[in-house]
Amino acid sequence: MSALVEIRSLSKIYERGKQRIEVLHHVQLDIEQGDFMALMGPSGSGKTTLLNLIGGLDSPTDGSITVGGQRIDRLSEGTLAKWRASNVGFVFQFYNLLPMLSARKNVELPLLLTRLSAAQRKRNAAVALELVGLTDRAAHKPGELSGGQQQRVAIARAIVSDPTLLVCDEPTGDLDRQSAVDVLTLLQQLNRDHGKTIIMVTHDPKAAEYARHTLQLDKGSLVEQTEQAPA
Amino acid sequence: MKYLQLIWTAMFRSKTRTIFTLLSVLAAFLLFGLLDSVRSAFANAATSVAGVDRLMTVSKISFTLSLPKSLLPRIEALPGVAKVTYANWFGGIYQDPKNFFPNEAVADNFFDLYPEWRLSQAERTAFGNTRTGAVVGESLAKKFHWKLGDKIPLQATIYPQKNGGNNWTFDLVGIYRAADPKRKSEENLLFFNWDYFDEARAFGNGNVGWYVLKVTDRKLAQQVAQALDALSTNSDHETKTQTEQAFNAAFVGQYGDIGLIVGAIMGAVFFTLILLTGNTMAQAVRERIPELAVLKTIGFSNHSVLGLVLAESVLLILLGGAIGLVLAGVVVDAVRAAVGTAVPMTRVGAAIWLRGVGLMILIGLIVGALPARRGMRLRIVDALAGR
Repeated sequence: MSALVEIRSLSKIYERGKQRIEVLHHVQLDIEQGDFMALMGPSGSGKTTLLNLIGGLDSPTDGSITVGGQRIDRLSEGTLAKWRASNVGFVFQFYNLLPMLSARKNVELPLLLTRLSAAQRKRNAAVALELVGLTDRAAHKPGELSGGQQQRVAIARAIVSDPTLLVCDEPTGDLDRQSAVDVLTLLQQLNRDHGKTIIMVTHDPKAAEYARHTLQLDKGSLVEQTEQAPA
Repeated sequence: MKYLQLIWTAMFRSKTRTIFTLLSVLAAFLLFGLLDSVRSAFANAATSVAGVDRLMTVSKISFTLSLPKSLLPRIEALPGVAKVTYANWFGGIYQDPKNFFPNEAVADNFFDLYPEWRLSQAERTAFGNTRTGAVVGESLAKKFHWKLGDKIPLQATIYPQKNGGNNWTFDLVGIYRAADPKRKSEENLLFFNWDYFDEARAFGNGNVGWYVLKVTDRKLAQQVAQALDALSTNSDHETKTQTEQAFNAAFVGQYGDIGLIVGAIMGAVFFTLILLTGNTMAQAVRERIPELAVLKTIGFSNHSVLGLVLAESVLLILLGGAIGLVLAGVVVDAVRAAVGTAVPMTRVGAAIWLRGVGLMILIGLIVGALPARRGMRLRIVDALAGR
């Protein structure tokens, strides 16, 4: 496998008034194409910051991030937005679905940025919903779905534009055990069967067991990398 | 168009708030439609006169004061004068004051100077030959279901008869039509014979309200006006001669500057609307910051978010405003049907709609500007973290 994500000497410093907080400190990391990586570590260790930087949601203070051969830390805001639209799918802890839209319309959202026709958008959204097992819930609004179902809609939204990379921030953090297992199994399936590269932040060691690798972060630095047979 | 559902659902995220906002926009544009209709009616009265070669001569002191009829042969003798007629305001009431329409005593050649009003030769002859004859516009005849041969009683408010009575009765001998269908409002007048009026009235005999004259060449208008006014210089009935257009503008002006009054009211209404709707939009966007952050996360650019919020704001104002203008149209039509020209109003037509839609878009952009800027500038990671 080749490295999809190459991170070199990555630092991130937040300034809060006169205070400078170094959240990431010269991180070096390669993530292979087709990997499923769990990022773990105590609160404040910089997991989410690293994830946001890899997903192009934030810009580093120093260092470089290359994804699929593209230096994303050098992209302008507009270009970075386009890059995110076609290369990254996002899954959040609290699903972040738009409450007024149906599941299908939520899944269709990233496709609004493409040149696809309304019929094609509808078809693609239906395929994504089928993949996450929610075809029969397409017309339901988020408020009418369980937490697990909402997260599966969020995963369908993340994969509908067929991105190479999925970044997941505590995707099971708000779910009961069974729903968490369903979501993790789904992510594993997307990684194994559809070749999606997945980076997942989690506090839960059981969730991390579904990944191929686990990275431990502490105080902004990588401290340990373990390889495991996925659960 | 593909973003319409996204904008629409965002707009109705809080139904109650949106409905109340829509109602306030609706009320503002209903008022705009009504007031602009009145303003347009006054503006048209001052500018839509067909007879640009007609001059009006009134008393220099006030157009409510009379002028001696003895001026007539001297005016007719002036070089550049083609025709002269005269008239007198009567101000009679038909059955009820709310039935108000203008009514005037006029010379029998009056219609010769108003070719834009069509009256058949037979009816003109009848008007000249019938002492108590009256001619009305077609719209007025339709409103009161009058037909030729009917007797029309008017109650005098200014001029009693010599016998002390206030009741004047006229025989309808002619119905005129405005040649231009857009000027149907000019069909709401009644004219009757000045000779009968002058013989029967208790006072003011031998005087006329104003003269109307047609010049042989409109380039001579200024010269004729000066010569005519010179006839009465230093007399007790000095005159002021001006074009009919200028006279109408001055007549309208007696009500005050309608444009300024309407502008001031609408300015206050729209200022309040901007504050109210601006606050609503700001609140709506504040509540949706995480959702806007999600849109940016999945690839919507800063400018797309700016556009979405502005479009939502403009759509909100357009929706409420359009309903308001439709209602204004219904109300104006109802008022026009009920009271005719007593309340001067033009139909809520293309011009008012054009001004209205322009205002809606402008207000929508003003109202949406700050919330849209906030949405555009939000940092994704802060918004998602609830900071």
